[in-house]
Amino acid sequence: MVAQHIAFGVIAATVIVGALRVVTTGNVVHAALWLVGVLAGVGASFLLLGAEFVGVTQILVYIGAIIVLFLFGIMLTRAPIGHELRLTSTNWGVALVVALAIAGVLGYTLIDAFGSGKLPGDTRQLTASVGDTLFQSYLVPFEVVSVLLLAALVGAIVLARKD
Amino acid sequence: MLLNEFLLLGAALFAIGVYGVLARRNGVMVLMSIELILNAVNINLVAFGAAHGTVAGQIFALFVITVAAAEVGVGLAIVIMLYRNRASIDFDEVDALKG
Repeated sequence: MVAQHIAFGVIAATVIVGALRVVTTGNVVHAALWLVGVLAGVGASFLLLGAEFVGVTQILVYIGAIIVLFLFGIMLTRAPIGHELRLTSTNWGVALVVALAIAGVLGYTLIDAFGSGKLPGDTRQLTASVGDTLFQSYLVPFEVVSVLLLAALVGAIVLARKD
Repeated sequence: MLLNEFLLLGAALFAIGVYGVLARRNGVMVLMSIELILNAVNINLVAFGAAHGTVAGQIFALFVITVAAAEVGVGLAIVIMLYRNRASIDFDEVDALKG
């Protein structure tokens, strides 16, 4: 149990620091690389929760595919690779107030509602049971999501095509 | 492990993502901040699934990951179109609809 708490502390620190750097750094490529740290930390927290399949999918899809897509986007829009000062809007103070208000309300609500709710000792859920549930109870949503992915693919090609 | 540890981590990640969406003016950075928000939601889904001993949380997290992939694909296509038409992806300059 102590090892779990230490692991969670390391993961939480990585995620929070990485996320803060993503939204404050002055360099677009550095933001993408900090985002890798955040996504890996979230994947590690999935593993800590016993969700092995989602954890591996997080690594494969987010770090393997989405980060590469972001780097392509950065290159194609020819964002300055070096330091850039105009990445943050002038009204960032308002954004900070809104974010702090959301954090305050969410934090108060969560502590009030789930103050000392404990997770079960063994939260492991094997990939086999995830697959069984996905292809039994959630087969129709699964197919709908695959059609959505196809539509997004076609839409992205149509949007970005040169003609 | 307390359930609240994961929920509070998700809440913090969500708030940071909202700050990024509101404060950033580069189109690609706004999309990155949206990824932070979606990841916060996934942490909540998996944590509640683990707390209730059901795999439904993981299934919905998988759906959110899929929708996030589709969103990034279309979003980056829109940003690239914006760059092609205006030679800039600064969202503060996209004000053609302003009265």
